[in-house]
Amino acid sequence: MAFTFAAFCYMLTLVLCASLIFFVIWHIIAFDELRTDFKNPIDQGNPARARERLKNIERICCLLRKLVVPEYSIHGLFCLMFLCAAEWVTLGLNIPLLFYHLWRYFHRPADGSEAMYDAVSIMNADILNYCQKESWCKLAFYLLSFFYYLYSMVYTLVSF
Amino acid sequence: MSAPAGSSHPAASARIPPKFGGAAASGAAAPAGPGPGPAPHQQNGPAQNQMQVPSGYGLHHQNYIAPSGHYSQGPGKMTSLPLDTQCSDYYSALYTVPTQNVTPNTVNQQPGAQQMYSRGPPAPHIVGSTLGSFQGAASSASHLHTSASQPYSSFVNHYNSPAMYSANSSVASQGFPSTCGHYAMSTVSSAAYPSVSYPSLPAGDTYGQMFTSQNAPTVRPVKDNSFSGQNTAISHPSPLPPPPSQQHHQQQSLSGYSTLTWSAPGLPSTQDNLIRNHTGSLAVANNNPTITGVDSSSTTSSASPMPNNYDALEGGSYPDMLSSSASSPAPDPAPEPDPASAPAPASAPAPVVPQPSKMAKPFGYGYPTLQPGYQNATAPLISGVQPSNPVYSGFQQYPQQYPGVNQLSSSIGGLSLQSSPQPESLRPVNLTQERNILPMTPVWAPVPNLNADLKKLNCSPDSFRCTLTNIPQTQALLNKAKLPLGLLLHPFRDLTQLPVITSNTIVRCRSCRTYINPFVSFIDQRRWKCNLCYRVNDVPEEFMYNPLTRSYGEPHKRPEVQNSTVEFIASSDYMLRPPQPAVYLFVLDVSHNAVEAGYLTILCQSLLENLDKLPGDSRTRIGFMTFDSTIHFYNLQEGLSQPQMLIVSDIDDVFLPTPDSLLVNLYESKELIKDLLNALPNMFTNTRETHSALGPALQAAFKLMSPTGGRVSVFQTQLPSLGAGLLQSREDPNQRSSTKVVQHLGPATDFYKKLALDCSGQQTAVDLFLLSSQYSDLASLACMSKYSAGCIYYYPSFHYTHNPSQAEKLQKDLKRYLTRKIGFEAVMRIRCTKGLSMHTFHGNFFVRSTDLLSLANINPDAGFAVQLSIEESLTDTSLVCFQTALLYTSSKGERRIRVHTLCLPVVSSLADVYAGVDVQAAICLLANMAVDRSVSSSLSDARDALVNAVVDSLSAYGSTVSNLQHSALMAPSSLKLFPLYVLALLKQKAFRTGTSTRLDDRVYAMCQIKSQPLVHLMKMIHPNLYRIDRLTDEGAVHVNDRVVPQPPLQKLSAEKLTREGAFLMDCGSVFYIWVGKGCDNNFIEDVLGYRNFASIPQKMTHLPELDTLSSERARSFITWLRDSRPLSPILHIVKDESPAKAEFFQHLIEDRTEAAFSYYEFLLHVQQQICK
Repeated sequence: MAFTFAAFCYMLTLVLCASLIFFVIWHIIAFDELRTDFKNPIDQGNPARARERLKNIERICCLLRKLVVPEYSIHGLFCLMFLCAAEWVTLGLNIPLLFYHLWRYFHRPADGSEAMYDAVSIMNADILNYCQKESWCKLAFYLLSFFYYLYSMVYTLVSF
Repeated sequence: MSAPAGSSHPAASARIPPKFGGAAASGAAAPAGPGPGPAPHQQNGPAQNQMQVPSGYGLHHQNYIAPSGHYSQGPGKMTSLPLDTQCSDYYSALYTVPTQNVTPNTVNQQPGAQQMYSRGPPAPHIVGSTLGSFQGAASSASHLHTSASQPYSSFVNHYNSPAMYSANSSVASQGFPSTCGHYAMSTVSSAAYPSVSYPSLPAGDTYGQMFTSQNAPTVRPVKDNSFSGQNTAISHPSPLPPPPSQQHHQQQSLSGYSTLTWSAPGLPSTQDNLIRNHTGSLAVANNNPTITGVDSSSTTSSASPMPNNYDALEGGSYPDMLSSSASSPAPDPAPEPDPASAPAPASAPAPVVPQPSKMAKPFGYGYPTLQPGYQNATAPLISGVQPSNPVYSGFQQYPQQYPGVNQLSSSIGGLSLQSSPQPESLRPVNLTQERNILPMTPVWAPVPNLNADLKKLNCSPDSFRCTLTNIPQTQALLNKAKLPLGLLLHPFRDLTQLPVITSNTIVRCRSCRTYINPFVSFIDQRRWKCNLCYRVNDVPEEFMYNPLTRSYGEPHKRPEVQNSTVEFIASSDYMLRPPQPAVYLFVLDVSHNAVEAGYLTILCQSLLENLDKLPGDSRTRIGFMTFDSTIHFYNLQEGLSQPQMLIVSDIDDVFLPTPDSLLVNLYESKELIKDLLNALPNMFTNTRETHSALGPALQAAFKLMSPTGGRVSVFQTQLPSLGAGLLQSREDPNQRSSTKVVQHLGPATDFYKKLALDCSGQQTAVDLFLLSSQYSDLASLACMSKYSAGCIYYYPSFHYTHNPSQAEKLQKDLKRYLTRKIGFEAVMRIRCTKGLSMHTFHGNFFVRSTDLLSLANINPDAGFAVQLSIEESLTDTSLVCFQTALLYTSSKGERRIRVHTLCLPVVSSLADVYAGVDVQAAICLLANMAVDRSVSSSLSDARDALVNAVVDSLSAYGSTVSNLQHSALMAPSSLKLFPLYVLALLKQKAFRTGTSTRLDDRVYAMCQIKSQPLVHLMKMIHPNLYRIDRLTDEGAVHVNDRVVPQPPLQKLSAEKLTREGAFLMDCGSVFYIWVGKGCDNNFIEDVLGYRNFASIPQKMTHLPELDTLSSERARSFITWLRDSRPLSPILHIVKDESPAKAEFFQHLIEDRTEAAFSYYEFLLHVQQQICK
């Protein structure tokens, strides 16, 4: 039984990981929301609905964008903590995602402030599909890592 | 259908012509290209002819034998044939029938014979068959397709058929036996099938002879599909194939007779034979011949009564119809010869039937109902050119087919496409050795390899084109081909004829909401099967009644099912709020810079002239705002003695000074508006205000427009320098010719994008007119139009006196802009067959859902592109369909839905995929993708991607399809222009590097690529060059009583320029006439109006109206080119030694420049890349 820094890291990441899972679930719901639309042109052709829909898309995109930085920074924090705690295996597991996040953040199309989830292009099926797939993969990753952290936490606590 | 065939294969045909060089063909073909709608029949005919004829010819020989074989088998061996049972049945049935029919015709075209036939076969059969056939037609057709499409030969056939079509058309126009020969061959394939096969046996001799010369094309099975559809239905009975078919024919023939009489009046007094042929052809064209059979009487009757509901139809003005009628006279001659030959067949008893049947079909469908005509027109790729052709083709085809069939049958026994040689589009071309890759005639859209009926029904390629006219079965196959798959749309194109349908219930699929279209299948009288999701739907009671024919129980003959482009007037279900009125707001820059440029005078003048022509109704509203560093509103409330100017100087928090009177009713306040327009140009002459508060002005405009929606036209002359949305200059002039990095292609701020989205939400579109002499950051400003579905016009270095050509262009553009059609609060939905999915749209709009584009305004000059992917394998279907539905509010306050449906075959082999490439569509789609890539990544990335597109597709072709020597750079004939076009793209303003290009020019070119329809975009990418100092009437077309010469296209290389000549380059929005130093003085004097080369001024933008033959020719040619596009291009006359010649020479894309490859070098580069 040893309450080491590593154990503390795992406990913290466990909590934060849960929040990340919520983020991702929210993403998935949001993309689903974007994708669902009235199939009936009678509704869609409606100018009044048009505005509603457009506002909706913009709102969702805006929220999505707001979540990007928190998510990325939380995950960055994980890596930093594991680095400090010298948990190399865990760090190694997280490094690929860290790099992906960095790439995604800096490789967005350079127009204005809101590049990643752009209301104008988000509805293009390929972008939407990509985002959806990304979210599902992340969900799987976070879920697995959640249990891994749980196991590791117990392991570090129990071990000496 | 025939028509489409001709059009579809334009490319092939175009190539062919040189070889065959049919005199008629060549002459005709050249002119056809431009295809202004109004062109006389003759024109149309010729154009098509060219295309088609050549192909037909070539095919002829090849197919000839094979087809005959099929046919022969058809009658005797039908069952034995290897093809699908359906097919065989079909054929056999058809054949048998035709033969019977034929004989009668040949012998006597008298009704008596027909009657006899009809009697002979059981009437019931007919009925049943008709019903079944009709319904089954689509499905069966598709089946056939699949079967046919897979085999190579089938392919060929398809192609041939188009050729045949053309041939027919040409024949029709020419109407002479000699031509007929050529044409005839083509014709045979399409219509001839059924009839031909049988007759061939009995009557074969005479026919055969005739055909041999003419018929080669007969093979084409495509048409059969339609027939097959019928046949399938029929086929069951057809165990005794001949009888049922006969019945059909007979019935049809009977009807035909009646129709004949009817038609006869309409047609020129062609001989009976001719008429019959016509009818026959028509019938063939129609998919639903069976139907006719059912109600022969009804058909005839139907013909006469015009539909109550149709607005559009009324005119009878379907282009096709018109053309057909017009052309019909010409075609007749052609048919005649056939009949003449027929006598021999006459000897055979059977033949009689076929002709009547043919006739019957045509009547019922073609003539009486306008729709058929329409279809024909649309179907033919020619659409642009002439609809009539199809009809014709059908005509001739029959007779020709007969002989061909006979011969074929005798010579060969199988339906197998044996003959089917490689389609022309697959002929391998060694690019590095082919010196003249560019055809002499305009490149046409390839015709999808469909059966004739579907072809005829298919959407015009002007409205709807796919990069691959043969859709690969799986994504894996598509990936192997390395070709882009996508659609190019021009949905709101100005159409001369459009069926408009008013109906309480708009029939749509209940699950996918697809509108009923010509490619659905009717399972029985009361049910139809959706062609996109395959759901079976009920036919509503109202739909059973055909307003066009005033008959009941013929849902398949409704205009919705007869036309692939229709417009519905939507019921009140389709609107939540009352349709908005037309509202126009003009936001004008009046800063010092703007006043200096002087555009206000031109704008106000144009507005005054066109105030009454603004589209709208009595509710039309209009408003004006001006801005410099403050914003000025104009109160035009009725009752005021003069316009009141209200100035808002608080640009940080813009508000509307009065709520109501800023947008006023055009008619109530017309005097005030005129006062204002007269006063505006002089109101700001002494302004010293140099700032421009564009952002706040737009915000104000948005507030003003929010309650109604409408159109905002923004005129801007400089960088916005105040308030929200202000911009800084980002262009570094030293970087203009940089070969490395081109920056700032994206917007600097998202202010304009957000504003555009807000506007889009309020159904307001923002159109931008940028008239600037300096950098104005179009990349940022364009966002206001891009996402609100507006349009962008850019006039670099605009000045009303210093740059008169730009001023003139603005004036002409404004005229078009103000008076063209407009649709408000529109949405466009694109649907496609299950298994395909759309991703990535290109154009100006907001994507509101994965398949729904929100368009605040739609204008007739807007084009769109969509990329497609294949999500599920398409193995269980042989046809895929695409449907765009554009729901909009017309300027008259009507809610309307314009629906276009395109049908394409699915193929499973890579060779077939290559055979169906539409190289122009592919290049336009690639250009759109490259623009996206330039903005999201970098210009050099985009350029690399373009080169890679060529390298990948050619190497994929080389390694999979062609087995020829690998050292050479081989391309299928369908792709032979691909490298040239890509090179042209690389040298286009949007993508070029190394040549000094202003950032705004580049961005504007990109905007145009995204929003121009294909036809205009192609001219931008690859201009047309003509030599005009020796125009002759050879091959000229006649348009509106004018003779328009049709000079051959020259390749874009200085090697083609001679000092002794004068050349016209058509770049879409600009014309250049380059006059060589040694140009004949006669030309200079007669056309340019100057005594010699030296006296020609440096800046010349008009051709004088001189009363000489050569001047008349040159002017009529240029006028004709101008008429074919919405925005009038400006003309520059460039002397050989003037500094302006650099502009001309930069368009010679096959030549080497300092920074770019020549065409040959580019090929070597590609080859090198492939070999890596």
